Amino acid sequence: MKHIISALVQNQPGVLAHVAGMFAARGFNIDSLVVGRTEDPELSRMTIVVIGDDRVLEQVRKQLGKVVPVVKVRDFAATPCVQRDLMLIRVHTPPPKRPEVVELVNLFRGRVVDVARDSVLIELAGTEEKIEAFIDLVRPYGIRELARTGLIAVPRGG
Amino acid sequence: MTAKRKRKQAGPGTLAGATGAEVFEAMLRAEGVETLFGFPGGAVLPIFDVLYKSPIRFVRSRHEQGAVHMADGYARSTGRVGVALATSGPGATNLVTGLATANMDSVPLVAFTGQVKSFLIGNDAFQEADVTGITRPITKHNYLVKRVEDLGRIVREAFHVARTGRPGPVLVDIAVDATVGTLAGEPDVEPNLPGYRTRWEPNMKQVKAAAEAINAAERPVLYVGGGVVIAGATDALRALSETAQIPVTTTLLGLGTMDESSPLALQMLGMHGTATANYAVQECDLLIAVGARFDDRVTGDIETFAPHAKIIHIDIDPASISKNVDVDIPLVGDAKEILERMNEYVRPQDRAAWGERIADWKQRYPLRYETDGDVRPQELIERLGELTDHDAIVATGVGQHQMWAAQFYGWRRPRQILTSGGLGTMGFGCPSAIGAQAGNPDKTVIDIDGDGSFTMTMVEVITAAQNNLPVKFVVLDNTYLGMVRQWQEMFYGRRYSGVDHVCPDFAAIAEGFGAKGMTVASRDAMDEALRAMLAHDGPVVLHVKVSPEENVYPMVAPGKGLHEVDLGKLA
Ligand SMILES: Cc1ncc(C[n+]2csc(CCOP(=O)(O)OP(=O)(O)O)c2C)c(N)n1
Ligand SMILES: [Mg+2]
Repeated sequence: MKHIISALVQNQPGVLAHVAGMFAARGFNIDSLVVGRTEDPELSRMTIVVIGDDRVLEQVRKQLGKVVPVVKVRDFAATPCVQRDLMLIRVHTPPPKRPEVVELVNLFRGRVVDVARDSVLIELAGTEEKIEAFIDLVRPYGIRELARTGLIAVPRGG
Repeated sequence: MTAKRKRKQAGPGTLAGATGAEVFEAMLRAEGVETLFGFPGGAVLPIFDVLYKSPIRFVRSRHEQGAVHMADGYARSTGRVGVALATSGPGATNLVTGLATANMDSVPLVAFTGQVKSFLIGNDAFQEADVTGITRPITKHNYLVKRVEDLGRIVREAFHVARTGRPGPVLVDIAVDATVGTLAGEPDVEPNLPGYRTRWEPNMKQVKAAAEAINAAERPVLYVGGGVVIAGATDALRALSETAQIPVTTTLLGLGTMDESSPLALQMLGMHGTATANYAVQECDLLIAVGARFDDRVTGDIETFAPHAKIIHIDIDPASISKNVDVDIPLVGDAKEILERMNEYVRPQDRAAWGERIADWKQRYPLRYETDGDVRPQELIERLGELTDHDAIVATGVGQHQMWAAQFYGWRRPRQILTSGGLGTMGFGCPSAIGAQAGNPDKTVIDIDGDGSFTMTMVEVITAAQNNLPVKFVVLDNTYLGMVRQWQEMFYGRRYSGVDHVCPDFAAIAEGFGAKGMTVASRDAMDEALRAMLAHDGPVVLHVKVSPEENVYPMVAPGKGLHEVDLGKLA
């Protein structure tokens, strides 16, 4: 099962290495990992997507909690939360195909952020499921380049 | 912030205007450091210059691995933080084995290394190594200090992290410019560790549930690890065992938490544990694990481990709980505090039937060995126990001799055994015994070592001789890497591959190193040699030629359950 782990960490050199190193040493698999600033300049937030059974996830949470610069660990598995993954994707679109692709972009509430002679660059944010559904739909046109941020999440109703 | 958390530790005095090296030395003194083990080099020259006039005793090892094991032995035997110091690059990489050893056994240690100048880091400068990168997975935490302003706080944090919670080694890598630089004003040395938790309030509901389970059990067993030593929970443990008449078995690192002369002591369990301990675990209806982590050398085949037992697990490390086995009553917190609270709810009982069952096993399956004209290592260790009133501090290497020491010395109190349990580091014995002697000048300190293990770090006998540390090194020469030979005999059709060797004349080497050297090769001469060794007031190396193909029993073969213990040919 997929778990979204959110860890507040001290904003210091080496903290990413401490966390990533712990995951590697313990054989946990990271699906995605996002680090970013928070409202507090002393703290950063790491959002880590991990796949594993309950026992593995319990170890992940506990081992993460033991990393000294990690301040707080939450697992959003059972918490309703807003999740966003951001994607930039360049799709092969010779001019006759462009309207079809733009229609898809609009249906998914994405944006075309750059247009070239035979491709468009699309920005799309949403849940991972939404992003993946979009990728499946544009795949037949030909994907030239793709970058995703990985998931961030904040609980609802906080 | 509560008043308790606000209370400050004795300060290092004013640091304004001090160099980083002076800050380092002042902070060490503020932490109560009396002895430092280490080895110098270019990147730590400013620190050594300050040590020149410091009251802190500096013990110079002959190899950095020796220094870190000395700090480890000092820490295990005294309960204080051990401190090691090495230079950058090769000095730092030589610490790796010692840090990993301490990490696996939760030993409080702070290791300092010099690092190249901060602006050279990453340039493959002379004697540069990414030491924080190398040591991250084998330390509890580590730091790279680039600015003198951060040094004081980081030293304080390092000691705090090393000694609290589940203790462990912390490495502080200090760029030369941070030791040469000067502080303009007074630095902030207060730890900044918002996410670091050291205390877990015992969950009283669980404590009571555990006590009730104990009161209801018919055949309980206490399974005790090094956590009880670390927490200073021996008295509370023994009180529980006495009151409720619960037999106690210990791990290798838990030896001494139980006085082995007590009828309630089952001695060690696991692969080379006593048959009684292993049978008791397999038959018990309640297993109370305290400060132990269900290591695979202890549990044998985990599927058949303690099959009838409800399990209570007390540990300060939440990650240790339910890691290897499913636990019925988990209790996170300090073992001493939890046991003391639990004892208030535990009813006195006599459990006569369980006691008789255990007494019967003990009588039927005692630890045994053969005797003839050879020196039997088991008998020698048993005699050492008697001749030292079971009161010496005993270090070991890794191998058969280590298991025999665990089985036959006769442990009486915690912090008596110094042995690499988790990592199994050959070469640990000699330097850790020296560190222990430095911290316990009035105690008899013995290294019961294997010929293979001792050879790895015996150069530190020079350190013992030159610092007047009267350690007794007993080297059991079986002309083999015995434990590996035993496995080749048992599981590889006696194909002895890469395990035999001819030992040097250890007594002559000892004399050359400035210690006393002795040799003994027969059972008849053994007692006299041991007495002479113990009576000598300086360091002694006693080279003992023992029966070469002795095997360690009992043995639970890998993959087998604890009830399938093989008693060997004396069964
Ligand atoms: C540094 C290191 N290398 C290898 C091993 C693997 N090993 C475990 S026991 C052992 C044999 C130890 O021989 P010795 O010190 O002579 O002890 P004996 O078993 O003969 O008593 C070896 C090689 C180890 N534990 N540590
Ligand atoms: Mg040997």
